[in-house]
Amino acid sequence: MAHDESHHRQQHPHAPAGGPEHAHASELTEMDLRVRALESLLVEKGYVDPRALDLLIETYETKVGPHNGARVVAKAWADPHYREWLLEDATAAIASLGYTGRQGEHMVALENTPRVHNMVVCTLCSCYPWPVLGLPPVWYKSAPYRARAVIDPRGVLADFGVSLPQDVDIQVWDSTAEIRYLVVPERPSGTVGWSEEQLAALVTRDAMIGTGMPRVPPPTEQVRA
Amino acid sequence: MNSVHDMGGLQNFGPVLPEQREPAFHHDWERRAFGLTLAMAGAGLWNLDQVRAARESLPPAQYLAHSYYQIWLDALCKLMLDRGLVTSEELADGRMRAPPARTRACLVAERVALALARGNSAQRTLEGAGRYAAGDAVRTRVVHPPSHTRLPRYCRGKRGTIVKVHGAHVFADESARGNGNAAQWLYTVRFAASELWGPDTTAEAIHVDCWEPYLEDL
Repeated sequence: MAHDESHHRQQHPHAPAGGPEHAHASELTEMDLRVRALESLLVEKGYVDPRALDLLIETYETKVGPHNGARVVAKAWADPHYREWLLEDATAAIASLGYTGRQGEHMVALENTPRVHNMVVCTLCSCYPWPVLGLPPVWYKSAPYRARAVIDPRGVLADFGVSLPQDVDIQVWDSTAEIRYLVVPERPSGTVGWSEEQLAALVTRDAMIGTGMPRVPPPTEQVRA
Repeated sequence: MNSVHDMGGLQNFGPVLPEQREPAFHHDWERRAFGLTLAMAGAGLWNLDQVRAARESLPPAQYLAHSYYQIWLDALCKLMLDRGLVTSEELADGRMRAPPARTRACLVAERVALALARGNSAQRTLEGAGRYAAGDAVRTRVVHPPSHTRLPRYCRGKRGTIVKVHGAHVFADESARGNGNAAQWLYTVRFAASELWGPDTTAEAIHVDCWEPYLEDL
């Protein structure tokens, strides 16, 4: 459905911004050497605290990620007051769950409805709401997405295996300033009475960017709920 | 600056290629490049807009051919060279030759959690009210500054509607010149997709965050 194998094979993690060309193996080694030299130089000069460096990496590799945003969305689905607060003042509502700071200082939540689908992009660089979604995936930062989202969002959705009815308006949000956007997808049907934790498991990263949809509850879960 | 980083509306880049179960970093050097960039930002010698300006003013062919974290590294090295923090000989082999330059701070481990949780608010205070309110019709200016700007080319000289007033925010165009507290009123402006692209679009509307100097009365 969303991703086929040929796409998966084509995707190269080292893909340059301009397209999915493959880098040479020797280039990777060169990059390793270059960055190692840089790191030792900056540490030796006293510009960088190596423990701070490890902590920065660890924070964004293991702690901050889309599970944060999923909790925000699940709470909005489960709690009408929270939903209202999130749509009115997303920065405060998100901060109340402990998600604040760098690249999420000024948040706006965008609610999808049966008639409106929101999609977020940064055409000029890679602005992305770090506290709720973590670091952006390669495709979000790539030329194909940055180029096409603002002119042909349905074409982008097709690349993700998503097709929306023609009567759904697609609203695109280009993150040109320091406002960061979080899409609140529609709550899937068949989830009445679900806990926030159960709901959060349905919220995907792509659904919160607007290039995907939440997971559909498996039939067995629906029966149990 | 009109360069290749301003990609909105370009065609012929091919499909978006999502990767299943994508890791945060694909190579160890990316991990280190990311950390070094954030750590050096903590030295307080440049702001985020200056970093963006450094990345987008790389030679266009390099910007398109290099991967994301390569661009980060290219820009970091450029910022450090420009400010005399390192020399190109030192960058070549990692051996220190010149004594360290003075920095304002060093982000120490004990400060990392607080610095990340606090972030850098772009909100500032300006006397009076902004020129526009929600619902106002505006037109973006036709401008082509050769320096850093956050008004994409695809929405210059276009009619739109203010949908939200965000208050006074650090103005990127000035901030990139090192004037990190220069503030202007910031608005979210809604453009009908047809205003930007005529019939050749599948969007209904595109929203762009615009500072007041980007806008004129309609």
